[in-house]
Amino acid sequence: MATMTMAKALNAALADAMLDDERVVVFGEDVGQLGGVFRITDGLQARFGDKRCFDTPLAEAGIVGFAVGLAMSGLRPVVEMQFDAFAYPAFEQIASHVAKLRNRTRGALSVPIVIRVPYAGGIGGVEHHCDSSEAYYAHTPGLKVVTPATVEDAYSLLREAIDDPDPVVFMEPKKLYFGSAEAELPARKEPFGRAVVRRAGTDATLIAYGPAVPVALEAAEAAREEGWDLEVVDVRTIVPFDDATVTASVRKTGRCVVIQEAQGFAGVGAEIAARVQERCFHALHAPVLRVSGLDIPYPAPMLEHTHLPSVDRVLDTVARLQWDDQPDERWVAA
Amino acid sequence: MTTTPEAVRRASPRTRRPATPATPAVPDPSAGLLPRTEPVRLLNPDGTPLPARDDYPEPPVEALREMYRRMVVGRRFDVQATALTKQGRLAVYPSSRGQEACQVGGVLALRDTDWVFPTYRESMALTARGIDPVEVLTLLRGDWHCGYDPTVVLTAPQCTPLATQCVHAAGLAYGESYQGRDTVALAFIGDGATSEGDFHEGVNFAAVFKAPVVYFVQNNKYAISVPLSRQTAAPSLAYKGVGYGVPSEQVDGNDPVAVLAVLNRAVAHARAGKGPYLVEAHTYRMEPHTNADDQTRYRDAEEVEAWRDRDPIARLEAYLRNRGALDDAAVAAIAEEAEAYAAALRDRMNAQPEVDPLSLFDHVYAEPTPQLVEQRDQVRAELAAARVEEGDA
Repeated sequence: MATMTMAKALNAALADAMLDDERVVVFGEDVGQLGGVFRITDGLQARFGDKRCFDTPLAEAGIVGFAVGLAMSGLRPVVEMQFDAFAYPAFEQIASHVAKLRNRTRGALSVPIVIRVPYAGGIGGVEHHCDSSEAYYAHTPGLKVVTPATVEDAYSLLREAIDDPDPVVFMEPKKLYFGSAEAELPARKEPFGRAVVRRAGTDATLIAYGPAVPVALEAAEAAREEGWDLEVVDVRTIVPFDDATVTASVRKTGRCVVIQEAQGFAGVGAEIAARVQERCFHALHAPVLRVSGLDIPYPAPMLEHTHLPSVDRVLDTVARLQWDDQPDERWVAA
Repeated sequence: MTTTPEAVRRASPRTRRPATPATPAVPDPSAGLLPRTEPVRLLNPDGTPLPARDDYPEPPVEALREMYRRMVVGRRFDVQATALTKQGRLAVYPSSRGQEACQVGGVLALRDTDWVFPTYRESMALTARGIDPVEVLTLLRGDWHCGYDPTVVLTAPQCTPLATQCVHAAGLAYGESYQGRDTVALAFIGDGATSEGDFHEGVNFAAVFKAPVVYFVQNNKYAISVPLSRQTAAPSLAYKGVGYGVPSEQVDGNDPVAVLAVLNRAVAHARAGKGPYLVEAHTYRMEPHTNADDQTRYRDAEEVEAWRDRDPIARLEAYLRNRGALDDAAVAAIAEEAEAYAAALRDRMNAQPEVDPLSLFDHVYAEPTPQLVEQRDQVRAELAAARVEEGDA
C-alpha cells in the first residue's frame, strides 16, 4: 500500500497499458513533453518515445477523427480532450463515427478508442472548464461512459477501458485528481457494468458517480447524527449501467436519492431515478429524489458553490424522504 | 489639390535613391505547393490529344482502356440506380453522372491494398473498385447502413457527415505507415464539404504527420443547390493546400487521361513518404443532387446542356479510337457488358431483402448491455405476439 493521487494512478494505468500492448498510442494537446495540463501523461513520451505519446494540432475533431483512422489501422488510441467543454468540437466525430462504426458495418469495423475527458467543477475554473458533459455521451448508443471516484478505480477502470473492444468515454473528475488515498497498484481490473456499494446502510440509498461520490459519503457520515443509516452506491460505469446493484440496494432500504454534479434536467440522474422507480416501486416508501447542479450554465468560480451539490443539500433532501409517511407538501395540490 | 498615386511614387525618396545591389533571392516557400494556374488537361473536349508533358506523363494505353470500360459500366450502373429509385427499390440515389472520369480514376490510381474513404456520391467509384453493387446500394436500399465489409474491400463506409472522412483517412494512413506498411489512403470529397472544418483538420493532420493521403476534391460546382461561389473566394479549391504545406494540383475532371495522370502522380508522392497531396478536379454534376431534388429552382437547363459537350466518356472513346486502341467491336462488347451488369443488378435488387428486427441489437456493442438484452427480449415477445395474431387472422 502506498499513498497516491488519482492523477498518479491514471498515469500508471496509461504506462502499464503501453507496456503491455504496443498498439496503445496516447495523443492530444500538450500530452507530450508537458505531460498534459493535469500531468496525467507525465513522463510517457520520455519513456515510450514520441511515436507512442505525441502532441497533435490543436483541433479536437481532428484528434478524435485521427483516432478513428488509427483504430481502423489496428492501433488502440487513447486521446485526451483537455477539458470537458473543449471536447464539443469533436462531438460529431464521437456521435456519428466513434459510436456508430461497429453498428454501421454490422460488427466488421470497430474502433476501440478511449477518449479521456477531464470533467466537472469545484476547482475554481473559469468558464468552459467545468462542464459535466456525461449525459451527452451516455445518450449516444455505442459509447461506454465510465467515471471513477477513487484512486484504485481510476487505475483499474482505465486499464479496462483501454482493453475494452468498444469505444469508451472516460470521464475524469478534475476535483478528485489530486486527492490522495491508500492504494495498491496494479489494482485488480474491474469489469464494466458493476456499481459498488461504498458504504453499507439500511435507511436510504444515495446513488452517485464521479465527483458526487465523496459528497455522498460525507453526507452519509453526517447523517448518522440525524439518526439515518445511509447506503452509498458508486455507479462507476454509467454505460453499461448496473441496474442489479442499484435495485438491490434500494429494495433493501426503500428510499433513494440520486446525486449528480451536472445540471439536473434530462441528466443521467433523471435516468437513474426513472429506472429505480420502475424497478423498486413496491419497495419505495417515498418518491425517488434528486440532488443535482442547478439548471444553469456552469457559474463563475465565485458562485460555483451555490451550484454544486453540497452535503447540506443532500441532507435536506434526505430529510424529505417521507420518514413520517406523510406526502411531501410541495407536491400536494393546494 | 489631389495627389495621384503616380505623383506619390514620383515624389517618394525611394525612387530617388541610387540603385542598391540586388539581394540574394529568398526561395519562395510556397514553391511546389501551388497548383498550375490552369487545370491540367491532356485531351481536348473532342478527344484530340494536347502536347505531351513531362510533369504528367500519359498513363499506359491499357490502363486507359480499362478506365473506359469501367466508366461505361459505371454510367450504366448509375442510370440503373436512378431507375431503381423510381421503382421504389432505393430510398434515394445521389447520381455521379458526368463525373465518371473522377469516380473511376480515383480508384484506378490505387492498389488493392490501398484504402478508399468515399462519400455517399461515390457508389460508382465503389462498383468500379469491384465491390458488389448490391452491397454498395445497401445503404440506399435501406436494409442496413453499410453493405460491404470495409476490412475486406479496404473501403470505409460511405460517409454522409460531410468531410469527416478526411480526418479518418489521415489517421488510417498514418497508422499504416506507423506499422510499416506502404498503404495510401484516398479520400473523396466534394466542393461544398471543403467548407467544413473537418476538411481543414484532416488536411492539416495529414500534413503535420506526413500521412500518405490523397485528398481528391470533385468540384462538381454545386452543394445541392448552393453554387461554388458561395463556398469559397479562393482562386480554386486546389489553392487550399498551400496553407497547410500540402502540394496541390487542379485538373480538368472531365478529361480522363489527365485525371488518371494527376492522380498517379499524387499517389506516387504519398507512397514515397512525402506526405499528403490535394487534387481538385473541375467537373460537373449532370443530374440533380438526388432523385428527390428539383434542380430547376437553382440552375438553367442551358448550363447543364453546355456540359454535355464535355462528356468524359465520349472524350476518352474518341481518343482511344484515334489511337487504334478501341474499335466498334470493343465498344459494343463493353456496352453489352454494361447492359448485363445493369440487368443482373436489377434482378438482384428486385428481391425483397430479408431484415431481422432482432439484429438491431447485435452490433451496438461487442456484447449487448443488460439493457439491450431486455429490449431485445421485449421486441422478441412483440414479434411472437404479432405472429400469433397473424395466425389467428
